[in-house]
Amino acid sequence: MSTTDKAPTGASPESAAADATSATDPAIDSAAADAAADAAEAVAGAQLSTAPLDDGPSGPAVGIGVIGWARWFWRQLTSMRVALILLFLLSLGAIPGSLIPQSNVDEMKVADWKRTHASWVTVADNLQLFDVYSSVWFSAIYLLLFISLVGCILPRSWQFVGQLRGRPPAAPKRLDRLPAHTTWRTGKTPDEVLSYATAVLRGRRFRTEAGKGHVAAEKGYLREAGNLIFHVALIVMLVAFAWGQYFKSEGGKLVLRGTGFSNTLTQYDDFKAGTLFHPDDLPPFSFTLDRFDATYEMSGPQKGTPRDFKAYVTFSEGADGKPEKREIQVNKPLQVDGSKVYLLGHGYAPILSVTDPTGKVIYKDAVPMLPQDSNLTSTGAVKVTDGYKDKDGKAEQLGFNAVFVPSYAGEGMGTMFSQFPALLQPRLMLNAWHGSLGVDSGLPQNVYVLKTDKMQSFKDESGEPFKQKLKVGDTMTLPNGAGTVKFEGIERWATFSVTHQPGSGLALAGAIAAIAGLAGSLFIQRRRIWVRAVAGPDGVTVVEMAGLGRSESTRLPQELAALAAALHQQAPTAPAALAEPRVEETPEGERG
Amino acid sequence: MTPLAAAANENLAQISNYLIYSSMAVYTLAFFAHIAEWTFGSRSKVARTAAALTGSAQERAAAAPAVQVRGKGGSTAVLDQPKVVTRSAAGTRDVPDGPGAGGGTVQGDLYGRIAISLTALAFLIEAGGVLARAMSVQRAPWGNMYEFSITFSTVAVGTYLALLALKKNVRWLGLILVTSVLLDLGIAVKILYTDSDQLVPALHSYWLWIHVSTAIFCGAVFYIGAAGAVLYLFRDAYEGRIANGRTAGKFYASVMERLPSAASLDKFSYRINAAVFPLWTFTIIAGAIWAGDAWGRYWNWDPKEVWSFVTWVAYACYLHARATAGWKGRKAAYLALFAFACWIWNYYGVNMFLNGLHSYSGV
Ligand code: HEM
Repeated sequence: MSTTDKAPTGASPESAAADATSATDPAIDSAAADAAADAAEAVAGAQLSTAPLDDGPSGPAVGIGVIGWARWFWRQLTSMRVALILLFLLSLGAIPGSLIPQSNVDEMKVADWKRTHASWVTVADNLQLFDVYSSVWFSAIYLLLFISLVGCILPRSWQFVGQLRGRPPAAPKRLDRLPAHTTWRTGKTPDEVLSYATAVLRGRRFRTEAGKGHVAAEKGYLREAGNLIFHVALIVMLVAFAWGQYFKSEGGKLVLRGTGFSNTLTQYDDFKAGTLFHPDDLPPFSFTLDRFDATYEMSGPQKGTPRDFKAYVTFSEGADGKPEKREIQVNKPLQVDGSKVYLLGHGYAPILSVTDPTGKVIYKDAVPMLPQDSNLTSTGAVKVTDGYKDKDGKAEQLGFNAVFVPSYAGEGMGTMFSQFPALLQPRLMLNAWHGSLGVDSGLPQNVYVLKTDKMQSFKDESGEPFKQKLKVGDTMTLPNGAGTVKFEGIERWATFSVTHQPGSGLALAGAIAAIAGLAGSLFIQRRRIWVRAVAGPDGVTVVEMAGLGRSESTRLPQELAALAAALHQQAPTAPAALAEPRVEETPEGERG
Repeated sequence: MTPLAAAANENLAQISNYLIYSSMAVYTLAFFAHIAEWTFGSRSKVARTAAALTGSAQERAAAAPAVQVRGKGGSTAVLDQPKVVTRSAAGTRDVPDGPGAGGGTVQGDLYGRIAISLTALAFLIEAGGVLARAMSVQRAPWGNMYEFSITFSTVAVGTYLALLALKKNVRWLGLILVTSVLLDLGIAVKILYTDSDQLVPALHSYWLWIHVSTAIFCGAVFYIGAAGAVLYLFRDAYEGRIANGRTAGKFYASVMERLPSAASLDKFSYRINAAVFPLWTFTIIAGAIWAGDAWGRYWNWDPKEVWSFVTWVAYACYLHARATAGWKGRKAAYLALFAFACWIWNYYGVNMFLNGLHSYSGV
């Protein structure tokens, strides 16, 4: 079967009718016959889709009042035109959030931006540009869109159910005006031809309906079904997201190697949850971090790029579950009862011991430092809150500002910036302070930052603030016999986030349905075929076949050709007809 | 990795680079062959559009497409088969497709064929380059922007060749495609080049294969759709001009006359875009699932996610526009181009100018 034509665009019902008027030759058709045929054709093409007809905005009828306006408004909102505009607004509205930092993603960046764009801050704040995706205007766009979607999808679904039970409409009067048409004369009787045609069409899973002297057939209802499923799936996904938003929880925890975590609210370093979350929703489990491995690129231009992170934990589920060994990797969270434990970050915690003037060890701890760059240059604070008395026996607190680098460049080779993320040449720089840490004020304090407003710095001989760079094993002696600080060793830590996101299963189901529906909607065509067989004046049967689809495809004429060929085998061209110039019956002939 | 294996891999990476450079050389030859095709084609006197839009009814009839349908026998001797007659869609001008870049001239056509053969050869070489790159790093070759770019153009050319093999009318795309592939490869080797290397841990996942491969594929196909939309806009303007009785410059007319009709280009662009839209939807969902595994959140409005979403909504907008009276035609084409611009920005711009969790451009 070969077709080499320029394919026609499938015509929508209303446009097929328009086409018919523009392309006929008045010499043959009278205007009246034309109009009648157009009307018949519009009926034939009607309801090939449940899409609303867009007649453009028209005001409500005069004098109908509030209800009339409400109706008008609803009609506008659920029209294709407004759906289109809302969709476009949604895409434009999402853009600012990618250009301006968002506070739900990174508060620090928002603060930076505000500093560098001082004159824009009021405008940006008023427009909620730091929270685009929860802003009033963005919410308004998508809520309107989804109201429109519901308002559009419900009536379409009913209409579609009606169509499923309906029958293909009768053949239009002039089949040769449809997008694809063919005709021939055969020796079989019209009844024979029509029963063959019905069999051929049924064999290709067309729904058929016998009419007067013709058979009407339709196929591709799945297209509409797919489209409806897609739009309903979008609603399902939105509901799932909203559900997740209200019930989700997300907590972060820094765990030192050798220590543990158990899943209760009080254990978290930070915790965020949706408004309907309840602490009892946290599944009970606990784990201990046994080991943490990180490997890095050792050479080349990407030196220092992480290659692999792995946390080895001993994990137990429930209040008294059996401990098991597990691994957590970046892409492989641990799954527990609807929650997931992710490995987020890692870093170092220098172990320090502090003695008082009498030589008594009053503090020994691993102090996690916060990484500042990709080579893990880290900063933190050591806070000795209890047990310290100075030389005169006065109780005081000690504090140290710390900078830690895992790979020091070397003496005279620049400042305290790490050259590599692994522990090649670890150094710790300490700045010593004494006085009051201000931790008793009741306000929560950042553990990584020393508040020095009620502290004095230790001074060296020349009166400069006292500081020292230490290797592992080094001891720093504080001025005036105030005590010592020993850099005992280095411990690792890893941060984990425990998230609970209900509704994600539903969202996934929605997503799968959406893709399936879309595929149905875009790849399947709804189309109608009519076969008419009538006895001509000479007693020879004239067979006419035509097809109409509403989606744009080359396949309609090809399909019609295949059907015609199949029918032609059973109702072959009558020998007598061969001599006749068939061209008369085609539009080409008309136009010529 | 042992030093020996590392050396072997470095060799492979070297080979990959040579193959990419060689493919650029062959694409350049293909480019010149296409130029020759267009040049020789300009000698043709075919002006079907003008004839169809302004000529007599006689000429119009000749232009009307007709299909000869044959039965299983398929031989021309079987004259007694039904003949399917098709009619143009509503609202479109009844204009035949142009004869193609070669303008129906023998020489033009010959150069066109040479250009396609060279393109196919360059495609094979380039695909070899991508493969060697993948072997050198022993993973999917999609770890940084250099690797995306070489894969991207390979897929775009592959799609074009596949359409040709399926006997689709896409020869008009040749020159544009080869030109932009050269541009893409030039940017890749000059600006984006990154030594072959392993991946950061966040990219260690089989979702890389799924999500990134479909993303690149969608982009390459959307690109072809966008090229169709641009040509549609030009050709539509030209047809409008002729239909209004105005004339066009000789060179402009000669180029336009040889393109497919506006209706065909429009339909081509629509079909391409509609066909990949479900895959693009899948790509975004696969990305969300991966993000859920890697970062613990399915959707975090990271810049890359924002722009994928914007692109998706823009294409949905385009599909709606096609189904909405009063938005078909030029307005819909502008939407398609807007959507593609979003895709390109997401691909180059977001990686280089906006940093989020997706910053792995290697630049
Ligand atoms: C989140 C919002 C929406 C998205 C992403 C979306 C997406 C789509 C897509 C991809 C198609 C397929 C186009 C085609 O078959 O060629 C489609 C078709 C359709 N949409 Fe939507 N849509 C949305 C909202 C709406 C709304 C609010 C309405 C109603 C006013 C609507 C009505 C329709 C109709 C009637 C069709 C079928 C057109 C046809 O039969 O060709 N959609 N939509």
